[in-house]
Amino acid sequence: MSVLLDKNTRVICQGFTGRQGTFHSEQMIACGTNFVGGVTPGKGGQIHLNRPVFNRVADAVREAGAEASAIFVPPRFAADAIVEAADAGLRLIACITEGIPVLDMLKVKAHLRSMRHQPILIGPNCPGIITPGESKIGIMPGHIHQRGRVGVISRSGTLTYEAVAQLTKTGLGQSTCIGMGGDPIHGMDFIGALKLFEADAQTGGVVMIGEIGGSDEERAAEYIREHVRKPVVAFIAGATAPKGKRMGHAGAIISGGKGTAEAKFTALEAAGVIVEHNPALLGQRMLALLG
Amino acid sequence: MNIHEYQAKGILRSFGVPMPRGILITSPESAVATADELGGSIWVVKAQIHAGGRGKAGGVRVCKSVDEVKQAATNLLGSVLVTKQTGVTGKKVRKIYVEEGVKIAGEYYLALLVDRESETVSFVVSPAGGMEIEDVAAKSPERILTRPIATGQGITDADCVAMTEMLGLSGKTSTEFRGLAEDLYRTFIERDCSLLELNPLVRTVSGNLVALDAKMAFDDNALYRQQEVLAMRDADEEDPRETEAAQFGLNYIVLDGAIGCMVNGAGLAMATMDMIQIKGAKPANFLDVGGSVTVEAVTEAFKLLFADAHVKVVLVNIFGGIVRCDIIANGLVEAIKTRPVNVPVVMRLVGTNEQAGRGIVTDAGLDVRWAADPDEAARMAAGLLQ
Repeated sequence: MSVLLDKNTRVICQGFTGRQGTFHSEQMIACGTNFVGGVTPGKGGQIHLNRPVFNRVADAVREAGAEASAIFVPPRFAADAIVEAADAGLRLIACITEGIPVLDMLKVKAHLRSMRHQPILIGPNCPGIITPGESKIGIMPGHIHQRGRVGVISRSGTLTYEAVAQLTKTGLGQSTCIGMGGDPIHGMDFIGALKLFEADAQTGGVVMIGEIGGSDEERAAEYIREHVRKPVVAFIAGATAPKGKRMGHAGAIISGGKGTAEAKFTALEAAGVIVEHNPALLGQRMLALLG
Repeated sequence: MNIHEYQAKGILRSFGVPMPRGILITSPESAVATADELGGSIWVVKAQIHAGGRGKAGGVRVCKSVDEVKQAATNLLGSVLVTKQTGVTGKKVRKIYVEEGVKIAGEYYLALLVDRESETVSFVVSPAGGMEIEDVAAKSPERILTRPIATGQGITDADCVAMTEMLGLSGKTSTEFRGLAEDLYRTFIERDCSLLELNPLVRTVSGNLVALDAKMAFDDNALYRQQEVLAMRDADEEDPRETEAAQFGLNYIVLDGAIGCMVNGAGLAMATMDMIQIKGAKPANFLDVGGSVTVEAVTEAFKLLFADAHVKVVLVNIFGGIVRCDIIANGLVEAIKTRPVNVPVVMRLVGTNEQAGRGIVTDAGLDVRWAADPDEAARMAAGLLQ
């Protein structure tokens, strides 16, 4: 088993016929994703990458049984795309788009909270989600992954690839990798992923990668202390980042003295998490724990 | 994006927020006429720089005569102000804002921000006005109230009661607070703010609420729909290298170490900085080339690193996923064509088109030290410093 996503999940792409949408849809198909089509308003009825194009997500649900989506539409339209996907009844939405205004995301989150059946949103500004050997919704390089027994949840893209490559090299592999993204307001968080990984039989341990800004890691520490029995190895990026500067990600900023890497490392360590200050050693630390 | 106090006050005034009258000047010669025009017997002369802590650093002067206004303006204009937030180099004062004095009966702290935990725009209020809110939070957190405003619903009676109680406002002033809160909330939403801070907000002896200081910051992702705000950008307040990098889609932040870094991805870029420090050295910068880079952008990034006199070693750490290693390699070759490299370059280049990338660097005859992983790269770079 794995979490959220397997080889049967019927996936579409919003922003299907654009440059990014096209390139990454091809990659998703190559990874074995059950890719049933895509959405580009005004291009419904066409065929793209041997898959049908729909005008609306609702059409893709009705005609192709879509359950999940990867969103590549430009930032100023991406919030509406998330809401459209949610209203059409998709259960899993990965928004890859970077640069969505934060007030737009507040509206999206308020809308999702008001829904009777809330979908799971991953991102925005994230690499997506992958269950190696089965399915990928997103942009991570598929070839570095290997089906295995470590769950990965991360706020960073390339840093996740770094951890994934180490897990592959040690032979541990990954059950599912989730990129929660670098924005301050986002969907799935550490706690949501930890809950799923704790319940998943295939997952033996979890690597979590945080960064400066916000308090997601501190809240995750509280959750781990109470609810997680599987080993967790954690790294926090930005121990050397200056205060008050936004470090690339919209959410990576130490403001008002809050959100430092030190505070996050301390909270996680107190909760029994194995904290590793050198991100090159995450795979080895997990190998030592899982054998 | 940040703006000056006088600009923030201009925006807030257009939304109906009450504040003292003020005039911006850029030369001491206009100080006397400005003071006369404002009238009254007390003036406040305030340095306009993008940094807090001006008061303690001597950047805000209360003047009791026109002569004092002239003196303050002469002293401040052209001077370098070093505050808690500017760093040791400080910031040059190019503009000052002269305001009429206000008779203060009470000082408060009020801010609006995007609260990540409640996922709302929230008010933060405290009766401890005029102090640094971080200090208040550390010493007496019970004197701070964070009040989330439900998205799409606006400010309720209960929100106002909670905030006026925390501030200790009553009667006509608490009625006035409601209007003020509405105006501020509307400003925040309609202008895509990321922070709106009045510190202090004051109650005058006649019981009116007035914004004595104002600070506004904006969501960079929303600037495309905020042309009026965008026009307020002050290039003098930004590091020219960071501004130049941004034009090429690069995230570049100047730091104070000796190892120049080029990395793809914000998280990996931060982690690379952290690893450099573990090895006993310090990074000269944060540089994330992003996911959709071109040879042109990479060339620019290398030029920035090579042009920085503080950079003694360059460390390249690329885990190519979407980013292709050959693009990075070509960027390096192009950059070196226009500017000879006089510092060692340590390269860790793996992922998409790795072999092609290495080949390009080798064929160009560049003396690059190859590292297998970021740990080794950081160790090699730190070693080369000695």
